[in-house]
Amino acid sequence: MTAVIDVRNVIKRYGVGDAAIFALNDVSLSIEQGEYVAIMGPSGSGKSTLMNIMGALDNVTAGEYFLDGIDVSSLGENELSIVRGRKIGFIFQSFNLVPRTSALANVELPLAYQGIKLKERRMRALKALDLVGLSDRVNHEPTELSGGQQQRAAVARALVTRPALLLADEPTGALDSKSTEDLLDLFDQINEAGRTVVVITHENDVAARAKRIIRMRDGKIIEDVLNAKKIA
Amino acid sequence: MNIFEIIRFAIRGLIANGLRSALTTLGILIGVGSVIVLTAVGNGSSKAISSSIEKLGTNTITVQRGGGGFGPSARNRQGATKPLTVADTIALVDPVMAPHIKQAAPVANASGVTCTNGAESSSPSTFSGTWPAYFEASNTPVHIGTYFTNDDVTEGRRVAVIGKTTATELFGTDSPISKVVQCGGIPFTVVGVADTKGSNGFQDGDSLLIAPVTAVQRTLTGYQSLSSIIVQAKSAAVQDLAQNEIQAILDPRHLVKSDATRDYRLLNQASLLQTTTDTNQVFTVLLAAVAAISLLVGGIGITNIMLVTVVERTREIGIRKAIGAPRSAILGQFLIEATILSLLGGVLGVIAGFVGSHFTIVGVKPVIVPSSVFLAFGVSVLIGLFFGGYPASRAASLRPIEALRHE
Repeated sequence: MTAVIDVRNVIKRYGVGDAAIFALNDVSLSIEQGEYVAIMGPSGSGKSTLMNIMGALDNVTAGEYFLDGIDVSSLGENELSIVRGRKIGFIFQSFNLVPRTSALANVELPLAYQGIKLKERRMRALKALDLVGLSDRVNHEPTELSGGQQQRAAVARALVTRPALLLADEPTGALDSKSTEDLLDLFDQINEAGRTVVVITHENDVAARAKRIIRMRDGKIIEDVLNAKKIA
Repeated sequence: MNIFEIIRFAIRGLIANGLRSALTTLGILIGVGSVIVLTAVGNGSSKAISSSIEKLGTNTITVQRGGGGFGPSARNRQGATKPLTVADTIALVDPVMAPHIKQAAPVANASGVTCTNGAESSSPSTFSGTWPAYFEASNTPVHIGTYFTNDDVTEGRRVAVIGKTTATELFGTDSPISKVVQCGGIPFTVVGVADTKGSNGFQDGDSLLIAPVTAVQRTLTGYQSLSSIIVQAKSAAVQDLAQNEIQAILDPRHLVKSDATRDYRLLNQASLLQTTTDTNQVFTVLLAAVAAISLLVGGIGITNIMLVTVVERTREIGIRKAIGAPRSAILGQFLIEATILSLLGGVLGVIAGFVGSHFTIVGVKPVIVPSSVFLAFGVSVLIGLFFGGYPASRAASLRPIEALRHE
């Protein structure tokens, strides 16, 4: 089985000389296809930096990063946008839907950037919205949706491109407990369908749903364990 | 990602920021509209002046005393010049020597003459003694009453045709026909009122009194010299031939040996027309320059708005990039947004220009210059591309991670 994510000795440094801060200090990590991983740690532990690098949003200071077998650090701006569009589905804490644009159009957006024809695009977007249970809200704009609904629309948008990796950064941070529960059920369902899911969180009950839990502190991985309850 | 897709995104972006888009469009609209209207006003006023000069008759030639040049040499010759006389005028009307001259009339102008009718007074800006031929040659038809006749000239009768302004000043709304006015103490009987000529921009063409040359010379100007001789060519086409004939007749009479020593000069309406057209050209260019500046300001408005838009939508740009938008798509979207704004402003500006040109502006009926329409429209589109380019490239080169952090 190929590793979806293969991070090798990655260093991410901000600033130079005495003022230099190592957000990531020699981190190595491999995530296989179909895994459900939670990355935990207090703020400033480097988990968001790791997520940005895994999502091809930021570059490394040193080390190598392979995403689905592709050496991301060697890519130019245009290839990076293709990788982001096809390999990764992002879910953010603040939903990050495009404002004043319907849920359907939001979900269609990544497909549009891939140059997929309107008809197929619409079909796939409606299917993805159906999967997250938003069939009856397709023409609503973000402001007309609840937080839970917005996040589900964001999940639909992340899934619609059939990415190798679903990358969620504090996905439940802005949700109430009911919506959190619904969203985590959705993640379980997505992972059961064979999709790799990586969730960054500092909430224990969110991490408890993952099959593998990685803990970070001061730019290093301090613990990497399988979640006994889930595996069993 | 095809171009229509990007255009759709751009249009959606514009509609989402409706008021701002409308205001930017307004800036371009005013720029384009004012270029069209102001050049049309310039063009219209130049057309109006041309046509009022044409009303004087383009086939008339005025013979004036004095050399053709300016400066001290021209002034020195003045002393030695022979006066223009009625005899000169008679000589010009010669079907054998001058087959292309239709008619000629002497003009003796009296200046500063005040005419009174009881308590009312008026100082005609033109007070001329002439022949009946003058009316046709100078395109001055009589509106009410009659012309004076050759008989009146021969007899030196004190009769006069007056202009509208003079008539109103002296008689109000009453008919001036057969009434007597005192001009410089001399009584003249009004026989006719001339048609309205309008203003030529320098003086009121209707402040006018025309009387037989004999009467004017005897009572007011004396017999030394005529002010000018007005000559009418058979048509505008033979004007040059007529001018040669005038010189052939007058040169021996005035003992002229070469062009340099000629003591009279010929003015025709065509050259006057040329001068005014040139003056107007400057006027039009000036107006167009003012309008072009407003178009430029509109363009800077587009840059400003697009920059604000980029800053305000930084997060949205970050989202788009995170879900796979290539640089070209972002660049294209913002560039097309700017171009649509200026294109829309351009189209509406052209419409506004056409509508605005239907109204009379400060007494001038605007006449649209077709090239100004294409120029203003083309420039407005280029402005969109040019001034939208910088904000668009800024948007496209934003790094997604920084853009996403932006609140």
